[in-house]
Amino acid sequence: MSAKVIRGFVYLSAAITFGMLGYVIFFILINGVRFLTPDLFAWNSTSENVSMMPAIITTLYVVGGTLLITTPIGVFTGFYLVEYANRKNPIVKAVSMATDTLAAVPSIVYGLFGFLFFVTFLSFRLSLIAGILTSVIMSLPLIIRATEEALVSTGRPIREASYALGAGKLRTIFTVVLPVAMPGILSGVILATGRVIGETAALLYTLGSASNIPGDLFSSGRTLALHMFVLSNEGFHVDQAYATAVVLLLFVLILNGLSTLVSARLSKGGK
Amino acid sequence: MSTPTYKMEVKDLKLWYGDFQALHGLDLAIPDKKITAFIGPSGCGKSTFIKSLNRMNDLIETCRIEGTIELDGKNIYDHKTDVNQLRKKVGMVFQQPNPFPKSIYDNIAYGPRTHGIKNKKELDEIVERSLKQAAIWDEVKDYLDRNALSISGGQQQRICIARALAVGPEVLLMDEPTSALDPISTAKIEELVSDLKSEYTIVMVTHNMQQASRVSDETAFFLNGHIIEHGDTRKIFTNPDQEETENYISGRFG
Repeated sequence: MSAKVIRGFVYLSAAITFGMLGYVIFFILINGVRFLTPDLFAWNSTSENVSMMPAIITTLYVVGGTLLITTPIGVFTGFYLVEYANRKNPIVKAVSMATDTLAAVPSIVYGLFGFLFFVTFLSFRLSLIAGILTSVIMSLPLIIRATEEALVSTGRPIREASYALGAGKLRTIFTVVLPVAMPGILSGVILATGRVIGETAALLYTLGSASNIPGDLFSSGRTLALHMFVLSNEGFHVDQAYATAVVLLLFVLILNGLSTLVSARLSKGGK
Repeated sequence: MSTPTYKMEVKDLKLWYGDFQALHGLDLAIPDKKITAFIGPSGCGKSTFIKSLNRMNDLIETCRIEGTIELDGKNIYDHKTDVNQLRKKVGMVFQQPNPFPKSIYDNIAYGPRTHGIKNKKELDEIVERSLKQAAIWDEVKDYLDRNALSISGGQQQRICIARALAVGPEVLLMDEPTSALDPISTAKIEELVSDLKSEYTIVMVTHNMQQASRVSDETAFFLNGHIIEHGDTRKIFTNPDQEETENYISGRFG
């Protein structure tokens, strides 16, 4: 009897989850697809065509720039924390705790910090560089934690095997542990990418909302998510905002597919 | 009969994990090119002891050691000892087969590559020789590029033995190498170990007393961090000097 109730509850929960996801996707597609006109992909964005092409390019800039900085720092910090740091050291404890806390901070807080520090204090103004650096701070904890978890889950036995063959720590970490941890690290990187692509609040105050492709690091721009936010906020191009959402959704779906593919390919092991 | 030569000599070895003393002043001489078995109940210190012979205990932060262990007359706990060179000479096989998630070839070649061998032909020769020594060449020679995790547990353990042999050790430590395996794989590994003693000094921890009596030349009986009795295997199993040894062997505890 109780097993039936529990099973029913499980099915219901699953149905609600899938139902909501399905509803959101369906709603966006219905309202957006029919407004996907060639105009929306023009190289120059004007207040008439509200093209999202510059926003797509800017999104790639921001994501690329962010990953370029955050991946090495995050991965190496994760390595340090798991492989080298003495867990009882108060500084290490503080870094670990800061990482956990930062991961839970709402993005608007990052936005305000970025605004006060990069935009105002360092006088970067609303710019690509301020947006990228803010995204770096925001995505760093995700990558650090993913790296830590991936490294810890590789376990003792293969490390012992390597040490017992006379391999040093560096060789053990880079030739034995790293390949095993790679899928986990990569999925952290992809998760961080997703977070940056979907971010609005933190970028609104740092990257700004200029409608064309930023010419250099110190010019303002807007990512797809920001473009959509601005369009729906102004209220003149709500249909185009939905069309933008369709493209954004596509990006996220492709990214998720990529993540699954990459970890499946890598965890097969082989050579 | 010639007088036995000793490969390793342990003198007054004490070992602590934090405040807990696991080994209480052990003395033991390990004869060259013979098989020495360690038996005793769980938690008696035999695994801890075997891991101190190639300094694997260094990996445990709280572990502290006093006393000396000599390999060919040189103290391995001397601060001048290169631990990686020590582990090249004193190889180890673990309880659970632990191949790397790489191809069989790369598993065997890992050790030699670590110690600087890059020549493909030389590596090929080492891989073939090691796999033959570990009696698994015929089973895997056509699948060397297959992932080592895709073969059976018994085969994996022989891959691990081959991997340990590939770096050219002088001593081979085996920590309950068959406890995770089925009887047929166990028999294969016992046979293999007997074949290996013409070239290697072997130290083996085992829970299985029949195994110790079948395979080893000398046996040491451990209890609560002490070596209660050590000597010729036949004597230990037929006519032990100590009452505790007799009790353990006859199955009265442990």
